[in-house]
Amino acid sequence: MLKSQEHNQDASTDGQVSAGQVTRRGFMIGATTAGFTLAFVPTALLSTAPAQALADGKFEPTLWYNIDDQGIVTVHVTKAEMGQHVGTALARIVAEELEANWEDVRIDHVDTHPKFGLFVTGGSWSVWQNFDLLSRAGAAGRMSLIQEGAKLMGVTASDCRAENSSVICSKGSLSYAEIVQRGDITRAFTDEQLAKMPIKPAQDRRLIGSETVAMDIPDKTRGAAVYGIDATYPGMVYAKPILPPTRYGSKVESVDDTAAKKVAGYQQTVVLEDPSNTVPGWALVIADSYHAALRASLAVKVTWQAGPTATISEADLIARGKELLDSDAGSLVVNDEHVDHVYMAADSVLEGEYTTSTALHFQLEPVNAIGVEKDGMWELHTGNQWQSLILPTLAQAMGVGEDKIVMRTHTLGGGFGRRLNGDYGVPAMLAAKALGKPVKVVFSREDDSRFDSPRSASVQRVSMAFDEKKETMAMQHAATAGWPTAAMAPFFLAPGTNGENFDPFSINGADHWYDFGPHKVRAVMNDLANETFRPGWLRSVAPGWIHWAAESFIDEAANYAGKDPVAFRLQHLTAAGKNAGAAPNSVGGAKRLANVLKRVAAKSGWGNKMPKDTGMGVAVTFGQERNMPTWTACVAQVKVDRNSGQVKLEKLTLVLDAGTIVHPDGALAQTEGAALWGASLALHEGTEFANGEVKDVNLNSYTPLRMADVPDLDIEFVASAEQAVGLGEPATTVVGPAIGNAIFNAVGARVRHLPITADAVKKAMA
Amino acid sequence: MASKLTVNGKAVSVDVPDDTPLLWAIRDELDMKGTKFGCGIGMCGACTVHVNGQAQRSCITPISAVKGKDITTIEGLGGEHPLQKAWIAAQTPQCGYCQSGQIMQAASLLATNAAPSDSEIEAAMNGNLCRCMAYTRIKKAIKLAVDATGGTQNA
Repeated sequence: MLKSQEHNQDASTDGQVSAGQVTRRGFMIGATTAGFTLAFVPTALLSTAPAQALADGKFEPTLWYNIDDQGIVTVHVTKAEMGQHVGTALARIVAEELEANWEDVRIDHVDTHPKFGLFVTGGSWSVWQNFDLLSRAGAAGRMSLIQEGAKLMGVTASDCRAENSSVICSKGSLSYAEIVQRGDITRAFTDEQLAKMPIKPAQDRRLIGSETVAMDIPDKTRGAAVYGIDATYPGMVYAKPILPPTRYGSKVESVDDTAAKKVAGYQQTVVLEDPSNTVPGWALVIADSYHAALRASLAVKVTWQAGPTATISEADLIARGKELLDSDAGSLVVNDEHVDHVYMAADSVLEGEYTTSTALHFQLEPVNAIGVEKDGMWELHTGNQWQSLILPTLAQAMGVGEDKIVMRTHTLGGGFGRRLNGDYGVPAMLAAKALGKPVKVVFSREDDSRFDSPRSASVQRVSMAFDEKKETMAMQHAATAGWPTAAMAPFFLAPGTNGENFDPFSINGADHWYDFGPHKVRAVMNDLANETFRPGWLRSVAPGWIHWAAESFIDEAANYAGKDPVAFRLQHLTAAGKNAGAAPNSVGGAKRLANVLKRVAAKSGWGNKMPKDTGMGVAVTFGQERNMPTWTACVAQVKVDRNSGQVKLEKLTLVLDAGTIVHPDGALAQTEGAALWGASLALHEGTEFANGEVKDVNLNSYTPLRMADVPDLDIEFVASAEQAVGLGEPATTVVGPAIGNAIFNAVGARVRHLPITADAVKKAMA
Repeated sequence: MASKLTVNGKAVSVDVPDDTPLLWAIRDELDMKGTKFGCGIGMCGACTVHVNGQAQRSCITPISAVKGKDITTIEGLGGEHPLQKAWIAAQTPQCGYCQSGQIMQAASLLATNAAPSDSEIEAAMNGNLCRCMAYTRIKKAIKLAVDATGGTQNA
């Protein structure tokens, strides 16, 4: 059964070397009732008959595919569809090497099952993790079909090639459909054979790098895509949560539903008993319809004994962060030798403190789930990004084994990391058990915001030591926030050099590619934040706020050293030593970052004279992780109203090097959205804790960017045949600091807090 | 309590309390799931439908206010509407959750202004949140639909 520790191993292997997956697995092809099934299997199974092993469902793949007797290729996708058109990208990788007709390819977003391995969609990992694996899987299928086709035609395989779902030989051709109908392939490939599988050179690709209509799009223009909130189940009742005053530690004291009983359709209010302690103090209002549940919830009076964080404010969280940074608490993530000595010997030290407010996911589809028992199995119908993470919790809540739970997959009305936390599935399952019938729980928008896993408020301090010529000597960066990984996936914490663990998803980005001299990075969990709420992974995760400090500070350092911000960065992107990069993921290292920086400077007209109160600002990042760098550069152009401090974002120019681009228009769409997310988090959205809860729970006060706020966008990808990396998030990471730096260049106001308000700009101008 | 109205050209009767929002009548009584619940306060636009041809937020429209009226939902556009085709051509949807509302809002705009300018598009669409921030493609698709229907965009 799936266990957290196994997830850890799988995930970290996946997360480090994509080729590593192939070396742990063999590949099998065999006839099954569905045609030919092509699947990865544990190495131990390679000696068994493929047809039998496949019929038994003994796969160990993350993804697999089959070809039916009509030649339809179905690629099974474990990744959640939440707007990134991931199934299309993954299926194109298979079809490329399989030489399948694209028109014959389908995708199937599968339900959870142990045979599929890890279910997680996040980190901009999907294409990066699967590119090599799926290429080899496609190639193995092609080789097998060629051999079988040759056999059927009485020729040698070397006489044949595959094209457009057919095997073409000198004597004629056979379609894949015909081969499936007539053939009897059973093949097993060892990991060594897979590793040697001939993969096309980049210039021969016909699908990867070319355009297509994403498969999920047409339904989304007709209202026909089925999201979790659209799912129904015969006999289900509706439920709306009544949430306690604190995320943790609240206890229900009394429930009075006298008034609710007058609401037509109201059934009852259930206080949840939760052995997993995921939903302490939650009640559910049960009714015939969702609207009845909403109405009745207003009439139900619940009193609680509140948890200990009922009075915590944003100011408390920030104050605790500063206190932690003042101490020597935390984990040393980067700890080069002699940093302290260099600081003591320095001629001067520049320091900056940067903060960010709490931010909400606000995915447009409020979280929801149907819990139902069917044939001795518990089913959870929902859209989710990390099924493998919540399954053990569901099992604990229900008091059953994980093998008794299946999560039925639906399209996600936005993920952005919210649905990595599957907590919303727990109340649906508990209620279904308590009531003995299917229960559909739908959060109101306000519920969704109140118990979002928000991006934690943060405090960072960055400093640099300079010699008397204002050349850099050393750098330090310390960051504190609530740690999502500590709250939800502690097996992902990593050890620092001082033996203390850190959350990579709360510090990634600080381990940058510049050479500024010896470098020290310290990550500190804001314990008060983790006690008050459940911190979340929000699109672009740590780099979304770490770079706010790092890249704002580097501009301040350039200014202090009397250098142009682009020239200063280029001077320190030497690609020397540890920044030289390594195969396969970071070939070229900091040179590629320098390249996108030069390109964005040229494209944006960096250095041109600007109109009054208008300025450009630059920032570069490497996307999500140092070992999966998406080289990203941005120039923002803003105009500032000196009277009000109001910032008008006029233009964003971005250049990204993401290696091989699988689905160019999809890549562009992701980058457009990600860049605007960066702009929204910088200028439009943010909330704060007050009395233990987030203050802004709906669009009347939480105000993400709208169409009229959209700047001109000029986005370019560097042509590259290098390792495909991620694109769902990187553009988000670079926009905030580029805007902050542009404001400085426009009016001389240095802002150090996100979101940037007109008031803050005005104050900084004074 | 039954309310009679016309939905996508069909006369229907829904038996719900008078203050039930049209959204829930459409989704849960008439079982048409294309119209979405986003914010519940009329500020995201995911629930946009046409009431007698005009875009309206169904989440804050009580059923009592639409008795006898003509309602069009995304399902009623038929799938081949120039906007729906343009939405595919521009590869507009990402998660897609807001897109029914976006398309209904845009359809209402084009019904009264066959060739809106960029700023007219922004003014009409600014109440529709796209959390994936596919705004540039929403605008592009509206312009494609204008082109496809032979319009010349207002200056």
